[in-house]
Amino acid sequence: MSLTVDSVAKKFGRFPALNGASFVAPQGGFVSLLGPSGSGKTTLLRILGGLEFADSGSVRFVDLNWLDMPARTRNAGFVFQQYALFKHMTVADNIAFGLKVRPRNRRPSSADIHKRVTELLDLVQLSGLEARYPSQLSGGQRQRVALARALAIEPRMLLLDEPFGALDAKVRKELRTDLRRIHDHAGVTTVFVTHDQEEAFAVADLVAVMKDGRIEQYGAPADVRRNPTTAFVSEFLSA
Amino acid sequence: MKKRFLKPTEDPLWLRLFLGAVAIAFIAILLLLPLALVFKEAFANGIGAFWIAIKEPDTLASVRLSLIAAGIAVPLNMVFGIAAAWCITKYDFPGKTFLVTLIDLPFSVSPVVAGLIYVLVFGAQGWFGRSLADNNIHILFAVPGIVLATIFVTFPFVARELIPLMADQGCDEEEAAATLGATGLQTFLRVTLPNIKWGLLYGVLLCNARALGEFGAVSVVSGHIRGVTNTMPLHVQLLYDNYDYPGAFTVAALLAMLALLTLALKSLLEWRYADELAAAHRH
Repeated sequence: MSLTVDSVAKKFGRFPALNGASFVAPQGGFVSLLGPSGSGKTTLLRILGGLEFADSGSVRFVDLNWLDMPARTRNAGFVFQQYALFKHMTVADNIAFGLKVRPRNRRPSSADIHKRVTELLDLVQLSGLEARYPSQLSGGQRQRVALARALAIEPRMLLLDEPFGALDAKVRKELRTDLRRIHDHAGVTTVFVTHDQEEAFAVADLVAVMKDGRIEQYGAPADVRRNPTTAFVSEFLSA
Repeated sequence: MKKRFLKPTEDPLWLRLFLGAVAIAFIAILLLLPLALVFKEAFANGIGAFWIAIKEPDTLASVRLSLIAAGIAVPLNMVFGIAAAWCITKYDFPGKTFLVTLIDLPFSVSPVVAGLIYVLVFGAQGWFGRSLADNNIHILFAVPGIVLATIFVTFPFVARELIPLMADQGCDEEEAAATLGATGLQTFLRVTLPNIKWGLLYGVLLCNARALGEFGAVSVVSGHIRGVTNTMPLHVQLLYDNYDYPGAFTVAALLAMLALLTLALKSLLEWRYADELAAAHRH
């Protein structure tokens, strides 16, 4: 009952973005993929979300052959750095989207959808803003909407691609704390990509430090910080 | 008296007046005056005469044919334009630049050449001429040829309007929709289409204006059969060549009205939905 990423490799043209990345995370764990730009962390996350396809390697999640499933059926909530909110929909419609597109037999009634949206707005502390459009929100509020939208589908997995990268330091800290609270509340397996080591260590149970498409070191934040196993990791962490 | 300095971006008064006068003179002489003359000539004998000229059976037939040609060409080019813009902006494949160039071809080729292409392909001496004649299918000098020529010249409008728009929007929202469980069709209808609707509408309006007004390509394939294969622009020429000036100006005025209506519709939409348009451009 866990997430097992085994030797995942991916090339873009001739450029190898991933060179056999492997890690195992427990069900309900919170993993940070940490590394400089070009280390392959976003590519790995997008492969987990079904937005890119691996050239080789496998991913097992619980008892599912994860890479054989299309993005649509994975039920993995994805949060993008640039929010990717639906510009022409209100906050409430954005959050409800994943429920409204379900096939009729699995679609909640509109009353249930409304209830769920209200709960989620409460969870991400945006109550009262349901009728706004994304362009009328601040960056931090938009990312809260994106998080609520990803949680609305009751995801099996939550994937976040530098979600706080475009926000200022104070908002980042608030959102980070909220994300951890939401994760603990929902108990969903979470993979979080960042290049900010403070953020990675503060929020995750497990940190994977990546370099050149490989995972250099993987472990609990305290262990990684105390015992960097390679020169790269120790240099990266002291930077 | 205090000396007044010019702002760095401000030009002296005489230059501003001069440039303004040049612009106004150009617009007046080249755009407004001819338009006014068309309407003046069309209504020279009063509105009654205008109606009589329109009710002339050949004129009515030309209006009908133009509307049929536009009515077929515009929806087809709308579907094609969306498909082309979708595949060019959402996918990467070899030969993409070549495809974009091909889409632009009808803009760069003279419409007469476009018409001649169809003569070469479907004409009596053309590739398919013999087999078409054997099966009693008429393309040239008949409605299908006119529709084909209209499709050809109006091909790029929708795609050209949508490609920059969709390229600018990227695939983020479509990716988000996919991770939220939407099917391809749901993503298109609920996410992509609402995001491109204004660009699409512009493209369709422009496409429609051109489809109604096309002369060159249609002229080559039409055969100018009065009341049968004459579109409105062709009918204007035919009446004019037969010294039927009131009739020619009447149809010309009708065409001009359609063009003005298109412009008015476009401006109205821009004005009515200014907020939404601005919101769509913001990120």
